[in-house]
Amino acid sequence: MSEVARLRGLTGTGELLRLAWRRDRVLVPVSVAGLVVLAVGSARATLAVYPDDAAAAGALADLVANPAVVALYGPLGSQTADALAVFKTVLMGALLTSVLAVVVVRRHTRSEEDEGRLELLGAGVVGRQAPLAAALVLAVGAVLAASALAGAGLAAVGLDPRGSLAFGVSWATAGLAGTGVAALAVQVASTTRGAGGLAFGALGAGYLLRAAGDAVPVTSAAHALGWLSPLGWAGRVEPYGADRVALLLPGVAVLVAGAVAAVAVLARRDLGGGLLPARRGPRRAGALLSGPLGLVVRLATGTVTGWVLGLLVAGAVVGSLLGSVGDLTENREVQRVLEQLGGSAGGVEDIYLATETKFAGFAAAVAGIGLVLRLAAAERSGLAEAVLATPTARGRWYGAHVAAGVVLPALLMAVLGSVVGVVGPRSSDAAPGFGPTLGAALAVLPAVWVLVAVGAVLAGSSARLAPATWGVALVAFVVGELGPTMGLPSGLVDASPFAHLSQLPGGTFAALEAAVLVALAAALVGAGAVAYRRRDVA
Amino acid sequence: MSDAITVRDLRKTFGATVALDGLDLTVAEGEVHGFLGPNGAGKSTTLRALLGLLRPDAGTTTVLGHDPWGDATALHRLLAYVPGDVVLWPTLSGGETIDLLGRLRGGMDEDRRRRLVERFDLDERKKGKAYSKGNRQKVALVAALAADVPLLVLDEPTAGLDPLMEQVFQEELDAARAAGRTVLLSSHILSEVERACDRVSIVRSGRVVDSGSLEDLRRLTRTRVRATLERAPSAAEVTGWPGVADVVLEGDHLSCAVDAAHLGDLVGELSRRGVGGLTVQPPTLEELFLARYEPDGAGAVR
Repeated sequence: MSEVARLRGLTGTGELLRLAWRRDRVLVPVSVAGLVVLAVGSARATLAVYPDDAAAAGALADLVANPAVVALYGPLGSQTADALAVFKTVLMGALLTSVLAVVVVRRHTRSEEDEGRLELLGAGVVGRQAPLAAALVLAVGAVLAASALAGAGLAAVGLDPRGSLAFGVSWATAGLAGTGVAALAVQVASTTRGAGGLAFGALGAGYLLRAAGDAVPVTSAAHALGWLSPLGWAGRVEPYGADRVALLLPGVAVLVAGAVAAVAVLARRDLGGGLLPARRGPRRAGALLSGPLGLVVRLATGTVTGWVLGLLVAGAVVGSLLGSVGDLTENREVQRVLEQLGGSAGGVEDIYLATETKFAGFAAAVAGIGLVLRLAAAERSGLAEAVLATPTARGRWYGAHVAAGVVLPALLMAVLGSVVGVVGPRSSDAAPGFGPTLGAALAVLPAVWVLVAVGAVLAGSSARLAPATWGVALVAFVVGELGPTMGLPSGLVDASPFAHLSQLPGGTFAALEAAVLVALAAALVGAGAVAYRRRDVA
Repeated sequence: MSDAITVRDLRKTFGATVALDGLDLTVAEGEVHGFLGPNGAGKSTTLRALLGLLRPDAGTTTVLGHDPWGDATALHRLLAYVPGDVVLWPTLSGGETIDLLGRLRGGMDEDRRRRLVERFDLDERKKGKAYSKGNRQKVALVAALAADVPLLVLDEPTAGLDPLMEQVFQEELDAARAAGRTVLLSSHILSEVERACDRVSIVRSGRVVDSGSLEDLRRLTRTRVRATLERAPSAAEVTGWPGVADVVLEGDHLSCAVDAAHLGDLVGELSRRGVGGLTVQPPTLEELFLARYEPDGAGAVR
C-alpha cells in the first residue's frame, strides 16, 4: 500500500472522531467519572475505618487470605492500609474500564455498520479505516483518562504516589488490551450482538483465567494461567506493593496487535460483512412459541440465565465469606454500620446475611423490573402492535410480562438463599442453617414485588413513563436500606417498601407487613391492567 | 354484497394534532380497496383504529360486524395485519416469527405458508436482526397471507420489496381476491393501487376526500385529448365548447382537457374539422390524486 493510499484510508478520521465525541459526550465523561469515584471513594471509605497499616493488617488478614476472595478481587498488593484501600477496585475497575473500551469501540464501528449509518458515511469522503481509527482513539482516550484521573485522585487523598501511578497502570493495561480485543472482535463478527459476544466473552474468559491463576499459591504451576489474561496483568501490577508498572507494555502490545489484525480483516471484508457469519435460527418455531407467555419466556431466556449465574456466584461468595465475618466483630465501627444496615437482630453472621440478602433483593428487583418494562419497550419498538393485532387480548399480553417480572425475582432469591444455605454452614459454624437462610431470601420478595408492580403500573399507563420505574426503585432502595445510616427522617424511610421487611435471619417474620406489601403490589398490578386496556397502544 | 368495513365520522387527536377529522370509509365484502394518501394523511391511524389499537375520540366503526375497540379479540380472529413499519424480534428467526404470529392468530394454512415462503424466496433461518427492510416485509406478508382469515389489512405492504417481489405480491393479492377475501390496502404507490384495487378512497388531512371505483373517479376528472386537425379552429373557439379547458393550439396540433360528460361532443366537433391523428388519454390515478391535493381542489370538476 502506498503512503498516499494509506493516508486516504484514514481520511475523515478527525471528523468522525468529533462526531463520535458528540454522541458520547455524556456516556464517556460520566463513565470515567464513575470509575474515578469508585476508586477514590472506596479508598477514602476504607482509610476512614483502617487509618494505618497496623489496623489494616490485623483486621483483614484472614479475609484476604481466603482463596474465594482473592479469586474474586485479585491479589492484595501488600499488608498496608493503601493496598487494602484499593483491594476491591483494582481488578473490578480494570474490568469495568475494559467494558467501557469495548462499548465505545463497538458503538462507533459495528453498531454503526449494523444500523446502516456507516454506509451513509462511507459513501462520503471517509476512508475505509477512518471509523475504526476514530473509535480506537476515543476508546484509548477514555481508558487513559479514567486510569490517570483515578491514579491522581488516589494520590490526592493521601495514598502513596508511586503506588497510585501503578494503580493507573493497572487499569490502563487492561483497558488498552480490551480496546485491542474489541477492535478485532467488531471486524470478525458480522453483527453488533456477535461482536459483543466475542469481546465480552474474551473479557469473561480473561477474568476466569486470572481467577484460576490467582486462587492458587504463587508456587503452583496453575498460577501461570494469570499471565495469559490482561486482567491477570492488571492484578499483578500489585499497586502499593510490587508496583510492576512495566506490565503496561503487554497491554499496549495487545492494543497494537488487535488494531493491526483489525485493519487486515477490514481490508478483506465487505461493508456489513465479517469473518464470522451471523448465527442462524431454526426454520420453524418450537412448542414454547405458542402464546404471549411463551414468547416473553423465550425472549428472556438469555437474560434469565445470566441473572441466575450471577446470583449463583454471589451466593457462593456471600456464603464463603460467612466464615470471615466473625472476625469483623472485633471492629466496633464495622459492627455499628452492619447493625444499621441489617438491623440488630441475632449474631453478627445474621446481621451480615440480612444485609447481603437485601442487596441481593434489590438486584432481583432490577431483574424483575427489566422484564416488566419490556412491555413498554415492545410498544415503543412496534412489536406490541404486531402481537395485539392478533387475537391476543391486551390483558394476556400485560399479564405475561407481569408474570415474568414476578417469577424471576422469586427464582433468583430462591437460588441465592439455597446456595448461601449450603455454602454458609460449611464456612462457619455460626452460620444460620439452610431453612432460615432460604426463608430470609424469600422474605425480601414482598418489597421486590412492590417495585416490580410500580414498573407494571407505569408501563401499563404509558410507555413513555415506564423508565421512571428505575428512579423509583433506586430511591426506594437507598432510602429504605441506607436511609438509617444516612440519618434520614424516619417518616421518609418508612415510605420505602424495604423499610417494612422483617429482620431475617435472626428476627421474626412479620407476616402482616409482608401481606400488606403483597396486597399493595397486587393493587398496583391491577391498576396497570385497567390502564393498559383503556388506552391507545401503538 | 354487504360491507366489511364501515367507518362514520371517525375522529382522533393526539394532543394538538388532529390525525382523523371526521373520516368516512366503506369497504364492501370481497373487494380489494385502495386507501390512498401521502405520509401523514391519517392512513396508519385509521388502520390502527380499525384494529382497536387506538381508541377513537368520536365516530362509529364496524369491522366484520364487530366494534374494534370493544371487541378486539373476536375481531382479530377474522383478520391479518401487516403494519406499515414491520419490526421483527431481533433474536427470532423469520420462520419462528411466521409460526408465532400464525399460532397467536389461531392457526394458518400450512400449504399456503410453504408456497408463500417459496414464492417470496424467503430465507426463514435468518434472525430478525439480520433481515433487510424488504425481507422483514416478506416475513410479515407471508405470516398475513398464510392466515386463514376473511380480511387482510395491509399498511404499505410493498415498501422495500424489489419489483420481482412486488409482482409476486400482486399475484397473491389477485389470489386473495379470487378466494373472496376482503383487502384494505393502504399505499402511496399509485401504480400498485391502480393495478390491484377495485375501489379506492383518497384520504387527505384525516378525511376521505373521494371514494369510488377508478372509473367513478375518472368521470369526475378531465380527460386529456390531443388531435392533429386538417382545419384548425381558433383557440377562443375551442375554449367556447362545453366542458373544455386548458387549450393549447400550436399550428394544427390541439391539446385540451375535457369533462368525461362532454367527451362525445368534443370528438364530434373535431371530426367535423378533419382529424389527422387523435389520442384520448383518461386521467391517470396520479392526476386524480394530485387533483385532490391541489390546495383548492381545482382540478376536479364538481
